[in-house]
Amino acid sequence: MVGGRRPPIAQAGMPLLRTHGLSKQYPGVLALDRVDFDLRRGEVHVLFGENGAGKSTLISLLAGVSSPTEGSIELNGNVVRLRSVREARQKGISAVFQELSLVPTLSVAENLFLGEEPRRGRLLDRAAMARGAERVLAELQFDIDSRRTVARLSRAEQQMVEIAKGLRAQASVLILDEPTASLTDKETLRLFELVRRLRAQGVGIIYISHRMQEIDEIADRITVLRDGRKIDTVSANGMSHDRLIEMMTGRAVEQIYPHIQARPGETVLQVDRLSTASGVRQASITVRRGEVVGLAGLVGSGKSELLRAVYGLERITSGRVTFLGQDTTGASPARLLRRGFFYLPPDRKGEGLVLGFSSNDNIALPILQSRLRGRFGLLNNDERERATRDASARVELTPQNAGKAVGLLSGGNQQKVLFAKGLTEAAALYVFDEPTVGVDVGTRSALYRLLRDLCEQGAAVVLISSDLPEVLHLSHRAYVMCAGQIGGELQGKAITEAALLSLFFQRSPEAAA
Amino acid sequence: MSIDVPERAPETGQARGHRLRAWLLKVFLRVGVLPFLLVIAVVVFSVLSDQFLTAQNLINLIRQSVYLILVSMGQMLALATGGFDLSVGTIVALTSVVSASVMSTMGADGGSAAWAVLLGCGAGLAAGSTVGLVNGLGIALGSVSPFIMTLGVQSIGLGVALALTGGVPVSGIPSAFGDLFGFGTLLGMPIPVIVTAVIVVAMYVLMTRTATGTHLLAVGGNAKAAALSGISTRRTLLLAYVLCSLLAAVSGLLLTARVNSGEANLGGTIALESIAACVIAGVSLRGGIARVESVVLGAIFIGLVQNGMNLTNVGSYMQMVVLGMLLILAVVADSLRHQLISQGR
Repeated sequence: MVGGRRPPIAQAGMPLLRTHGLSKQYPGVLALDRVDFDLRRGEVHVLFGENGAGKSTLISLLAGVSSPTEGSIELNGNVVRLRSVREARQKGISAVFQELSLVPTLSVAENLFLGEEPRRGRLLDRAAMARGAERVLAELQFDIDSRRTVARLSRAEQQMVEIAKGLRAQASVLILDEPTASLTDKETLRLFELVRRLRAQGVGIIYISHRMQEIDEIADRITVLRDGRKIDTVSANGMSHDRLIEMMTGRAVEQIYPHIQARPGETVLQVDRLSTASGVRQASITVRRGEVVGLAGLVGSGKSELLRAVYGLERITSGRVTFLGQDTTGASPARLLRRGFFYLPPDRKGEGLVLGFSSNDNIALPILQSRLRGRFGLLNNDERERATRDASARVELTPQNAGKAVGLLSGGNQQKVLFAKGLTEAAALYVFDEPTVGVDVGTRSALYRLLRDLCEQGAAVVLISSDLPEVLHLSHRAYVMCAGQIGGELQGKAITEAALLSLFFQRSPEAAA
Repeated sequence: MSIDVPERAPETGQARGHRLRAWLLKVFLRVGVLPFLLVIAVVVFSVLSDQFLTAQNLINLIRQSVYLILVSMGQMLALATGGFDLSVGTIVALTSVVSASVMSTMGADGGSAAWAVLLGCGAGLAAGSTVGLVNGLGIALGSVSPFIMTLGVQSIGLGVALALTGGVPVSGIPSAFGDLFGFGTLLGMPIPVIVTAVIVVAMYVLMTRTATGTHLLAVGGNAKAAALSGISTRRTLLLAYVLCSLLAAVSGLLLTARVNSGEANLGGTIALESIAACVIAGVSLRGGIARVESVVLGAIFIGLVQNGMNLTNVGSYMQMVVLGMLLILAVVADSLRHQLISQGR
């Protein structure tokens, strides 16, 4: 069972894996709509699409995480039903999920063999487990001690363990969901080497990535998905980036990202050599009125923590924050909010919204004690009505959505509510942390237009994002963070994908300083 | 201690204090608050009472602790999966009442004492594990939160136990039962201690040497990851609560033998005590972390504090206050430890 299967003998002309009219209906959403997809032996097939386009749904069906509502999956010409992850693995389909499927409290070796522990009789064979783990890690040249607890590994190391877990069994189909999202470029190169080796062995690889450079480097074919439907499958040879983005979004690039006029004015936020308990080291940034400042970097690079610390959500160990000319180092979110600092958190369900409240109640939350305070300390309901109506209108939230519990709204509409919370009072500084995660393209361009309006009306905007095109097209200036430090600053036309990515990784201690 | 520092041979007192603090911090992060509490308790009680550190008292202490050790190991299983079991006290009571009733009825009918004891024990274990099965089904299949499920079952079970007996202790148990499982010894060791020792070893093997043990921790550590790795979370949860109830039921039988009657008020405080024992022993309330050997030590620690307070004439009301404070202290220490660990120490 542990050994898995070698790819069966090739049958000429027949794809390794093929889906016919594959659909998945979730309550209220058709996540995948009659998709025909095929994977050949020995190819790297990239799935390309926005968040919510159906990529994750497609791979979850192929990996046995969930079952299709309609359609069929063929493996080597035979229709198969994949009722569980284990069954898919036994048939030779192995998946490396982006959302880590590791148990933080267990060791690396235990995680690698979770669910398929080697046994001797009824007891665990710990020695075999340790040997097996060492062998897999050595084969991948991942330098991780298999006895360490996963919780104590860095994010990149955890990602490597996740990959090792997917590769432990010999698979004929390997699914990699954004495997490089938190790897350094050295580790990425090693992963690519491995992917090429597997491809040469005839393994079919489904690869999800947003990074154009990676797609250029490794893809054989590309299937573009949008709104649950397959747009097309194309050869990677000679595809232009703009064409891919147009296929992904269904509109021309210029239509999605509005042009924002930069008119830099006085400094609103000045951060001097800030360090935090969570790992930001000596970071300094400046943000002025009338400009959009991008903040890019890997997950865990500190780009989110830096502004969270400024907003009083992380413990500051040294450094100084000046907001609107006043020292606000370590000030509470409540105080900063009153002074005109709006922070939009990345995790809208966890931190941003009260899911049981209606959208109006959510929007009114930050101004209950200020603008809505009426006579005798009672709430001023007329003012509340006015404030929420105006804010909802500005984010183009339809009235029939305004009364519903926010938890029932789509991701895009939830994000609109979150934005609206920041519009009830004019702020001097807007910090948007991953503002378009899981948001459809229509909502996205609406949110971008809003961002433009805020900036052109003289507010300062900080855009923290893992979505490179977003930083690329909207920022006037961009900082890149790497390992807790500011790795570099780019301005205007110098903000290119290549320039940003080159700053993502620490090259040497001197270069990072 | 200072051999491995070649830079500065003579250490100042200050530097040594610094190193000691670092070492204590390491112990705290590794094992938790238990070693510190244990040392403090032993020192305090041996100062306050000269009877405390006698061999006789320590044997007594172990003998008194076995009931809590058994229940705490069961509680540990529930905690390991990220839940808990508030109904362990009810399981102890129901086991006691059911087994005593069967034994006294069979004994009164003139049957042999051995059969009466055997059937009584079987009935008691069956009654106790039924409670666990109900808990497990509700939590694993019905997705009821462990808090509500076991809280409700606790009330139901206690009501049943009281209704069965009319609130009066069940007497008339064959005396052989109490003689053997309550007060008997084998090679100088009390039988309850031997029974418990065997179960402790079995639990240790289960948790460290079988796939099931890893699965229990995996479900508590990250249920989604466990499911994606092909582990049935439902079956694992069910197993946790059934095993927990079985351990509590064994404890109920041993207690019944000790008091020589079936009583519905046995185990009234054992839910609190067992959770306290586990948390003090570093079992994470978030699930995923549990060590049998620490839990045994944790249960002994609770017994030790009670024993010490009895010797120093602390009243039983005050003992309740101390126990509650210990529980809260342990949780505070646990969250502090968690914070320090997640900061990458």
